[in-house]
Amino acid sequence: MTAVAIPVVRGKSEALKAAFVALTLGATLVFLTGFSHIDKVHNAAHDTRHAMSFPCH
Amino acid sequence: MIHRILTVGLLAGLLAGIVVATLQHFVTTPLILQGEVYEAQQPAEPQEMAGMDDWKPADGLQRIAFTSIATIATAAGFALILLAGMLISGDEITVKTAFVWSLAAFVAAGLAPALGLAPELPGSAAGPLLERQLWWVGTAISTGVALWLFLRVESLTAKAVAVVLLAAPHLIGAPQPVSFESNAPAELAAHFAAASLTIQAALWILSGLAAGALWVRFNKGTQA
Repeated sequence: MTAVAIPVVRGKSEALKAAFVALTLGATLVFLTGFSHIDKVHNAAHDTRHAMSFPCH
Repeated sequence: MIHRILTVGLLAGLLAGIVVATLQHFVTTPLILQGEVYEAQQPAEPQEMAGMDDWKPADGLQRIAFTSIATIATAAGFALILLAGMLISGDEITVKTAFVWSLAAFVAAGLAPALGLAPELPGSAAGPLLERQLWWVGTAISTGVALWLFLRVESLTAKAVAVVLLAAPHLIGAPQPVSFESNAPAELAAHFAAASLTIQAALWILSGLAAGALWVRFNKGTQA
């Protein structure tokens, strides 16, 4: 019983860890392209910000 | 697992981003360029003046390239968020599951915020940027959580909380401009609002489909 349970728990916590890393990186990418207040980043991503209906200037 | 999720997310973003960047070139970018002609005719707000002298990509190839990079990065972000959501919910990641998640994500990040803040053509009148961004992010998260609770939790309390979360951002209300002043024709702005929502939907759906398909492929590869 224990021999089966441990890998399942380990697999679950590994999946959650991976999900957390993916969520952080994903949110950072969307923030950078869609929400950054740095002028150069805003100007570079300008057309995509508007095309994705993100709030822009 | 971390290696797999990042590889799938970034690769899905690259594939979906290239397709949607091409769509943008023909669908939204021409409308943005038209909108900018009208925008240039109106006096700029001090807030808008801030970044005007800063670097920006030159019209033509450079602007297309930067727009494409931004779209690919956004697509990778969308794919990673979808993969994370499916893993946290304990869903088996397939093309079909990813497709359903991408539709829900579009409702949360596309339709719900658009109800308060219509997608803007450059030069549209709008409230303060930071306030709009906070309302937008708050609405997307609140709607996303509401959909998850409503569809995945079998309890009356969860469903009641979901309804409250769904309605709250709209009862609070999105920040609006003092007055609506824009030189751009209303038809152009309306066309752009519809086009940009379609483009966002395409990016969610294609990022989701690519992430689902690549995840299944990678899984097969590791099991073989």
